[in-house]
Amino acid sequence: MTTQHNVLPTARKPLDLRALLDNWAMLLAAVSIFLLCALLIDNFLSPLNMRGLGLAISTVGIAACTMLFCLASGHFDLSVGSVIACAGVVAAIVMRDTDSVMLGIGAALLMGLMVGLINGIVIAKLRVNALITTLATMQIVRGLAYIFANGKAVGVSQNQFFVFGNGQLFGVPVPILITILCFLFFGWLLNYTTYGRNTMAIGGNPEAALLAGVNVDRTKILIFAVHGVIGALAGVILASRMTSGQPMIGQGFELTVISACVLGGVSLSGGVGMIRHVIAGVLILAIIENAMNLKNIDTFYQYVIRGSILLLAVVIDRMKQR
Amino acid sequence: MTAAALRFDGIGKTFPGVKALDGISFSAHPGQVHALMGENGAGKSTLLKILGGAYIPNSGTLQIGEQVMAFKNAADSIASGVAVIHQELHLVPEMSVAENLFLGHLPARFGVVNRGLLRKQALACLKGLADEIDPAEKLGRLSLGQRQLVEIAKALSRGAHVIAFDEPTSSLSAREIDRLMAIIARLRDEGKVVLYVSHRMEEVFRICNAVTVFKDGRYVRTFDDMSALTHDQLVTCMVGRDIQDIYDYRPREHGEVALKVDSLLGPGLREPISFNVRKGEILGLFGLVGAGRTELFRLLSGLERVSAGQLQLCGEPLHLQSPRDAIAAGVLLCPEDRKKEGIIPLSSVAENINISARGAHSTFGWLLRDGWEQGNADQQIKAMKVKTPTAAQKIMYLSGGNQQKAILGRWLSMPMKVLLLDEPTRGIDIGAKAEIYQIIHNLAAQGIAVIVVSSDLMEVMGIADRILVLCEGALRGEQTREHATESNLLQLALPRSLAN
Repeated sequence: MTTQHNVLPTARKPLDLRALLDNWAMLLAAVSIFLLCALLIDNFLSPLNMRGLGLAISTVGIAACTMLFCLASGHFDLSVGSVIACAGVVAAIVMRDTDSVMLGIGAALLMGLMVGLINGIVIAKLRVNALITTLATMQIVRGLAYIFANGKAVGVSQNQFFVFGNGQLFGVPVPILITILCFLFFGWLLNYTTYGRNTMAIGGNPEAALLAGVNVDRTKILIFAVHGVIGALAGVILASRMTSGQPMIGQGFELTVISACVLGGVSLSGGVGMIRHVIAGVLILAIIENAMNLKNIDTFYQYVIRGSILLLAVVIDRMKQR
Repeated sequence: MTAAALRFDGIGKTFPGVKALDGISFSAHPGQVHALMGENGAGKSTLLKILGGAYIPNSGTLQIGEQVMAFKNAADSIASGVAVIHQELHLVPEMSVAENLFLGHLPARFGVVNRGLLRKQALACLKGLADEIDPAEKLGRLSLGQRQLVEIAKALSRGAHVIAFDEPTSSLSAREIDRLMAIIARLRDEGKVVLYVSHRMEEVFRICNAVTVFKDGRYVRTFDDMSALTHDQLVTCMVGRDIQDIYDYRPREHGEVALKVDSLLGPGLREPISFNVRKGEILGLFGLVGAGRTELFRLLSGLERVSAGQLQLCGEPLHLQSPRDAIAAGVLLCPEDRKKEGIIPLSSVAENINISARGAHSTFGWLLRDGWEQGNADQQIKAMKVKTPTAAQKIMYLSGGNQQKAILGRWLSMPMKVLLLDEPTRGIDIGAKAEIYQIIHNLAAQGIAVIVVSSDLMEVMGIADRILVLCEGALRGEQTREHATESNLLQLALPRSLAN
């Protein structure tokens, strides 16, 4: 259908209002759910619970920032859960053997970078489907984590390392601060750099982006490389919180991250996504889970509820597009 | 079965903020081919969607014979004997021709398909329409023209007596068009009601008995007597104003050679191709579908690697590894398939304009400058006369013509030496066409070498200074503007075996 908007200036206002609602609806929903929980659930607003909620947001939130770039470019990454586990293990082992916190973190991030580069190069240059590529690296990296750790948790004894997971700055836990910084940084990156805009263009229409002169392959590789590093960062923070590198941690984490993004409004088919979508999705998932825990809802029921919410959100999104 | 007349009475359709159709009333009679014409956005496609049951009108009625139809969905429409053959065919490429023909009601017993019966029925369906098609062939292996015949056969097998064609020839070769025309004539003689939507004048004059013209969702008038109607009258009626010469040709001085193509070979080219294009020159490339025009452009724009031969840009050798190399050198391509290769549909008009040039205007090459981003988008929207409420509007909501102008704006933001235009006005209404021709002329006047690929003879002859004709992957000949005629260009464009 062709629409010549310029001849219909009266039609503009309601359109803008709708766009506004579309853009902010999920964030509004997150805030409403928060307020609802605050009103209805005892102890929800208690400092201890707020802290727990913030920490629950942090790991998913950090990984979701770069998952946004993967999804916006029309791909996704299933290996992030394994990267988180492996990063924690690598950091713990290197710290145990060298007694250097910096080296430990550096090694973990380097491992993330390598996995990301492999994902990116295979997907961009060899044109293998992202699902298959990252499904493979997911298993490889998980296996490596178990091999490195000899199948059990690797304890950390360096006290400086615990700053990342358990430290506080102005009363706010460090993981939450890092998460907020990630939201700000990646939101900015998406909107105000050629890298971010090219990511959207590739997801929106890869052939058009190529013909418009976007370096499609390089951008894709960069997206996965950054995602690998940030996944490893989330893993380091998690290891710090738990004072050990655990190879079994983060199973199914990749699906939680993708769920959060999609719940917030990021499109699985690429070309649509904003950081506020990610923030909204992460918040909604975490608040609901937190509320269910406070209400002592059985874990088995929690799975059903979480899945239903995701399904409902994507169905609503589909209906909006009609 | 004798068909009854199809009658639209006061049909109206409103979308949020837009009146797509407003009180459309006219009749199409059996045994006639009735053309619907109008610029893009005139409402032809909306009307066909109402006819096909995809849209429900807000007002008015649709009658077949004496019976008032109220289609709630496509199934209602098909059951009433209506078939709409869309531009994008509704067929499954991975399934066989026979399965496609009977999709939804395959001959089966307890859910097990009777293969023998299916083949027999399919053969009966295709008989007389496309005898050469094997029902067992995978649909995806057929040519576009053959697929269309399958779609027509499917419609007829369901007992359609009202058949509407939406731009049926837009991707067919001349031979396939001839065949389609013969089939449409047959449907007409069998007493079907045929509606025919097309931008192509020569087809309308060739096959149609009546023309109804729409403009901006309103009915303008119906011409019943084609012999008394002239080409110009029809155009004037469609546009609502007189167009002396939409091509707006002005002679220009040509400078030195901008792009020199020397014995070029690559995928899709059968013989080495050599030609020059000068600064300020508009070079037309004409050829039928499959002649190698698009393939040549893919080589010139760096999408495909050159396998032999050289390119020179302003005397310097030009080596292309990717589209980025071509863009950096100033060789810019507006691709044929705007939706697939041109626009980034979900992004804003501004994004689509700025995407290529922004690297050179960003801090350190990656940090966007807000001022430039906004300024450049606004400037190009104004210069190209892109009709959009704001620069932030998603480009997919713009009409084809405005999308094309935005892509031209994308390239005008860049240093440009050679502009490659592949079917620049396909599917674009006459008003926007005229604007695009004007832009092309202005660019040439600034010393840019322009190469225009088109399968529209009138367009090539209207805007080009010189015309090269391609046929089956080889350069077949060249005509200057003065000497080019429809017949000598077509003679060159037709494969040798046919031409003789």
